Amino acid sequence: MAGRIIGGIGSSHVPSIGVAYDQGRTQEPDWKPLFDAYGPVRDWLAAQKPDIAIVIYNDHGGDFFFDKYPTFAVGAADRYGIADEGWGPRPLPEPEGDAAFSWHLCESLVYDEFDIAVCQEMKVEHGFLVPMHLCFPHDPAWPVKVVPVAVNVIQHPLPTARRCWKLGQAIRRAVESFPGDSRVVILGTGGMSHQLNGARFGHINPDWDNDFLDRLESDPDSLTDLTHQQIMEEAGAEAVELIMWLTMRGAVSKRATRIHRNYYAPMTTGMGLIAFEEPA
Amino acid sequence: MTERQIDRSRPIPGTTVFDAAETRRGYALNRFCMSLTEPGNREAFKADEDGYMKRHGVAEAHRRMVIARDFGGLMNAGGNIYMVMKIGAVTGHGLYTIGAMQRGETLEQFLETRQAKGAR
Ligand SMILES: [Fe+2]
Repeated sequence: MAGRIIGGIGSSHVPSIGVAYDQGRTQEPDWKPLFDAYGPVRDWLAAQKPDIAIVIYNDHGGDFFFDKYPTFAVGAADRYGIADEGWGPRPLPEPEGDAAFSWHLCESLVYDEFDIAVCQEMKVEHGFLVPMHLCFPHDPAWPVKVVPVAVNVIQHPLPTARRCWKLGQAIRRAVESFPGDSRVVILGTGGMSHQLNGARFGHINPDWDNDFLDRLESDPDSLTDLTHQQIMEEAGAEAVELIMWLTMRGAVSKRATRIHRNYYAPMTTGMGLIAFEEPA
Repeated sequence: MTERQIDRSRPIPGTTVFDAAETRRGYALNRFCMSLTEPGNREAFKADEDGYMKRHGVAEAHRRMVIARDFGGLMNAGGNIYMVMKIGAVTGHGLYTIGAMQRGETLEQFLETRQAKGAR
């Protein structure tokens, strides 16, 4: 008996998606291409029935502030609160965790030389919630237990792309050494190209985003060489969030099949979606 | 071995990299913004903006920008976008309004540059 990674998903976590969702506007013409693209991923997850979702995301001032901003923080609780980011908490059920699984993950990561912050209380926010509600039904409750993994992608110095990739590989080792038969899916969230500060606000680069998706499928190692400077120059200051997709890809094997992919850039962010399935 | 991640000899036009210098000079401003994640604090701020910011140690120049709704100025003063948006959550200024101000455009002008402006 051992834990198993069944696949990985890369997804945008743009907060306006959550607003449109809460307002019931998912079938409006400009939103429909985004929301409909998640149908195949939802169906695949419903058939796969994972027990646990490990969600790689960043906190945008939902729970963490710059007084103590962790480079990597891992949730180790049986339940996670919904953060109030300034607009009031969203009407979503609180996700349940699996503290025993989380503590195993934390122990494995630390002994694997990833010096994470272990969090027994953690409120999750749009970076976590938007991909979750796009991928899973949740009325009245979520069908999976979760492990939130928060990465600093907002206050430099950030972890390198390669470090995030290696974190994914270490997460895979941790899952495969878990003494239970948990089926685990991993989500890497954020991006793709976007910039929210300065006169360059609104910069996006669909060609670069699609090349990133191509390489994520066929040559992910090449993406681990990217520097934050290169990502910011090409794809915007906030596109550095994409290093979290490398954690997902590092946790998924090279033998995995890409089963779904979508790209839509209606406003200020390249909204990417990709799903990988491990061989049975 | 230290791998160089930011090349300071290649500043990116129109771009702020939120690094040590930015987070240090924007600290009090951003901490005040973070306080607005509590509903009671939002009410207290609405009731007396200047007094609330004074109590939270916000510098006078920054208080003036908040009261003038000068979001471009706040972003140039060490404000972090995710923190500054929490002011907008109280005052009714959304991300695209804040972005247009940074670009020196009206919201309408900015929206005309987008592919599908209904997706907001
Ligand atoms: Fe984000």
